[in-house]
Amino acid sequence: MNVPDLQALASVPGPAIRAVHDEFHGDLLEVSMGPHHPSTHGVFRMIVTLDGETVVKLKPVFGYLHRNHEKIGENTSYLASMPYTDRLDYFCSMTNNWAYALAVEKLAGQAVPDRAEYVRVILAELTRLLNHTCLAGFLLQDGGASGTPLMYAFREREKILDLFESLSGSRMMCNFQRFGGCRVDPDPAWLAAARTLADGYGRFLDEFERLLTGNEILMARTQGIGRLSPALAVGAGVTGPILRASGVDYDLRKVDGYGAYPRLKFRVPLGDHGDTYDRYMIRVLEMRESISLLQQALADLPAGPIMDPKAKLRGFRPKAGEAYGRIEGPKGEIGFYLISEGGPNPYRYRVRPPSLINLTILEDLCLGHSIADAVVILGSIDIVLGEVDR
Amino acid sequence: MLGIGLLQGLAVTARNLIGSFHDPKRFVTTQYPEERTKLPEAYRNFPFLVAENATDPMGTLRCVACQICEKECPPQCIYIEKSKDKKPDANGKMQIYPAIFAIDTAVCMSCQICVEVCPFDAIKMDQVFEFAATDRFNGLVLDRVQLAKPNSYFHGIHPTEAAEVDGRLAAARKAAEEKARLAAAAKAAPKPPPAPKVDPPAE
Amino acid sequence: MNPCPSGTQQHFLERAPVLLRDWITSFLPGSTRWLADSLIDIASILAVFGLLFAFLTLAERKVLGRVQNRPGPNRTGWMGLLQPFADGIKMLTKEDVVPRAADPVLHFLAPVALLAFSILTFAVIPFGRNLVPLDLDAGVLYFFAAGSATELAIFMAGWASHNKYALFAAMRALAQLISYELPLLLSFVPVVLATGSLSPTGIVAAQAGWRWGAVPNWLVFTPWGAAGFAIFMISALAESNRSPFDLPEAESELIAGHLTEYSGFKYALFFMAEYFGMCALSGMAVTLFLGGWHAPLPVLEIIPSYAWFAAKLLVLLAGFIWIRATLPRLRMDQLTKLAWKFLVPLALINLGTTAFWTLTHPWEGPLQLLRWGVALGLVLIPPVLLGRGLSSGLGPRRYRYA
Repeated sequence: MNVPDLQALASVPGPAIRAVHDEFHGDLLEVSMGPHHPSTHGVFRMIVTLDGETVVKLKPVFGYLHRNHEKIGENTSYLASMPYTDRLDYFCSMTNNWAYALAVEKLAGQAVPDRAEYVRVILAELTRLLNHTCLAGFLLQDGGASGTPLMYAFREREKILDLFESLSGSRMMCNFQRFGGCRVDPDPAWLAAARTLADGYGRFLDEFERLLTGNEILMARTQGIGRLSPALAVGAGVTGPILRASGVDYDLRKVDGYGAYPRLKFRVPLGDHGDTYDRYMIRVLEMRESISLLQQALADLPAGPIMDPKAKLRGFRPKAGEAYGRIEGPKGEIGFYLISEGGPNPYRYRVRPPSLINLTILEDLCLGHSIADAVVILGSIDIVLGEVDR
Repeated sequence: MLGIGLLQGLAVTARNLIGSFHDPKRFVTTQYPEERTKLPEAYRNFPFLVAENATDPMGTLRCVACQICEKECPPQCIYIEKSKDKKPDANGKMQIYPAIFAIDTAVCMSCQICVEVCPFDAIKMDQVFEFAATDRFNGLVLDRVQLAKPNSYFHGIHPTEAAEVDGRLAAARKAAEEKARLAAAAKAAPKPPPAPKVDPPAE
Repeated sequence: MNPCPSGTQQHFLERAPVLLRDWITSFLPGSTRWLADSLIDIASILAVFGLLFAFLTLAERKVLGRVQNRPGPNRTGWMGLLQPFADGIKMLTKEDVVPRAADPVLHFLAPVALLAFSILTFAVIPFGRNLVPLDLDAGVLYFFAAGSATELAIFMAGWASHNKYALFAAMRALAQLISYELPLLLSFVPVVLATGSLSPTGIVAAQAGWRWGAVPNWLVFTPWGAAGFAIFMISALAESNRSPFDLPEAESELIAGHLTEYSGFKYALFFMAEYFGMCALSGMAVTLFLGGWHAPLPVLEIIPSYAWFAAKLLVLLAGFIWIRATLPRLRMDQLTKLAWKFLVPLALINLGTTAFWTLTHPWEGPLQLLRWGVALGLVLIPPVLLGRGLSSGLGPRRYRYA
């Protein structure tokens, strides 16, 4: 097959469209979608080879947002790496912070008080709500609805960001978790506001679902599209709502039982078809579970210190060893692997990015579908380039 | 029936359209810059140096150039040079002060770790975000004159935090004064007569 | 323009446009009056619909904004009213790029032809009691002929670009337009059947009067009329490339849509033509189904007929905008499947329903109920059955929990 060298193609900014001759298919069309493209969720490039309108081959090219996060981690102290973790999956800074704090706490054997565990659950579920809401908005935006679901999603996200801002000082780059607890203790006014938000979110979801879930056009665009088999999902290391939409029951909040989750009751929704519609609906159902978790955690929040009194802020030198801390982030399993040699900086700092690992199956999902579907499938995988490229 | 879902969707958008004229929850734009949203107290942007009083900011900076914030800053955007001489601080103790204290706000990521690690409550987070310069290198580097703001300003933007800091510093100052008073009293008190020398017993 | 029907009392506002036109042409010699009349008609249509296009773009952005809980453009001029002019100035000041390999004549002609044919369709629409620019006996036929000619211009655009992918995309756009021509035409044939006339003025005249003093005789209030109206509007959405049928101008931008090689004012002309097409089709829908310039109640005849026409037109355009704000886009194959497997059969069945309705016109008393029942059944049951076939395999799902 006389295909041009894709390696060379990826490195040189060549023409966006070129003809390719394939002995089996005839004349194919190779299109480069991105990196400047409104539907690719960031600076992401897909080199798609099309036979008419059907995708025959798809190569994702990323790295446009690579910022040497892991190398910087080797040259920065543990505390100073915390603000950098905000910027990995920039939508979900609270959960990135928690995963990193968990890894460091495992490395150093640091205990966390109960109140901090509950506050972490509250913030993680708020993050899950805003991530899944925005994903539904972006999915519909890619599907062609002129921004309406997206604007509704962002309107609700603003309320959660206001909560984050009044607690941690920043809407997105929260830098909130510390090793041994949380930086700020939420006051009763904040907790009341969070309670109001949690109670009102169900009504917003009802309206959102009335707009979207029964929409025949949405169903026609997403049902049967991008089917992910459970075997492929497990084999590729896919985690998160995508895995559960394919029917595999694997939610780290149940499997690992970290934080305060073992003390809270919630269900894990599973899908049967593994297509884009299931991935969308699982996220909607997870949002409803998150609301219930939020209400439980807010009700059961114990009194006590927000930070372990024995935790050190400066001069933090964990003993030599290694640890892997992972949580169920909104996009999947986000994990941090740290190797310490006893110094103030880690020897090796590695992030397990769920978006990147979920992206590896993109070609398998898109083969045989039209290019309009490829955009919708990419939207349903839910990637954030900050995490893919680090 | 085919189409019911579409009609429900149309109903939702119609409700939002009509609601946007009378319901503030369905019209959420703040017409900046004529209107501004009220920032929460915790909001942070770039740091500033706290000076005790407004009339002599350079002379009353709380900062003693310990350089802890410079070391802990993740992107290393703080540059400090200690002074050669000493000046009295709020407690009257002679302290060194920063001859140069510069923050490159193009690099600063507003993470607020410098505030957390400062032992002297000398650096705090400001809230100014309408901050543009015409030169993107030197124009964005703030020196200590630009960074110094009085404690009254700190009270204006972070009232609870400023009250707590002032309380703590006042308590520390009182404790220090108490200790100094006791030490001075101990020194000024008449010395007890020296113990009589006991001659060694005559052999 | 045709003279006012005899015997109708018309007050001043109703006759105002005609009086104005006569006053202007009174300054000219009698032999040129026919030319002056036509020129004034043309100028007024261009002025009115040009301004309508301008403010329609603004209204669309503001309504879309309000649906999305935000104000829409409100900085250029008071409430954003100068926005269309700002956009126009922007388009005019952009560089007009013509590819070297492109056919310059066709490249220039395509947007011009598109716009010309779109405007030509306005010639037969009765805007008011005295306001038809051209009263043709086969006006409706002329309207759809001129409308179909716009499809040629789209293909011309793709061909003239000398870009293989623009040509493919133009062919896809053409496939969409041709697929929806059929339901569009089939949905107005019942109107011709029922009113016996191909002339728009005749069709409007057939919808005059009120039943029982309050219900207008508009064709949309009959079962087959409502079905025909629905099919006509869906096809009109597709013919003007509006959401949810805007695939040619949205997604295929990424694979060189047929407008790729156009920039600046020519690009704006394509969109102007799209909006004119929208207005013309809505105007024809008002004429065919909504009673044209007739008022809904006898007491409201005081308000001039062109105001009623404008009001109905604006309601339909608002509907277009509302649908755009809500619905996502259909994929190409789903689009064509909807046309061929859903709308065309429904339009044919509707034709049969209309024939039944017309033949049973003399039925009296309880037979009227039977007539209505059969007609409603013929109108409501086929969409349900066909819809079930169309959405087989799709549907809401139940989910289990671990």
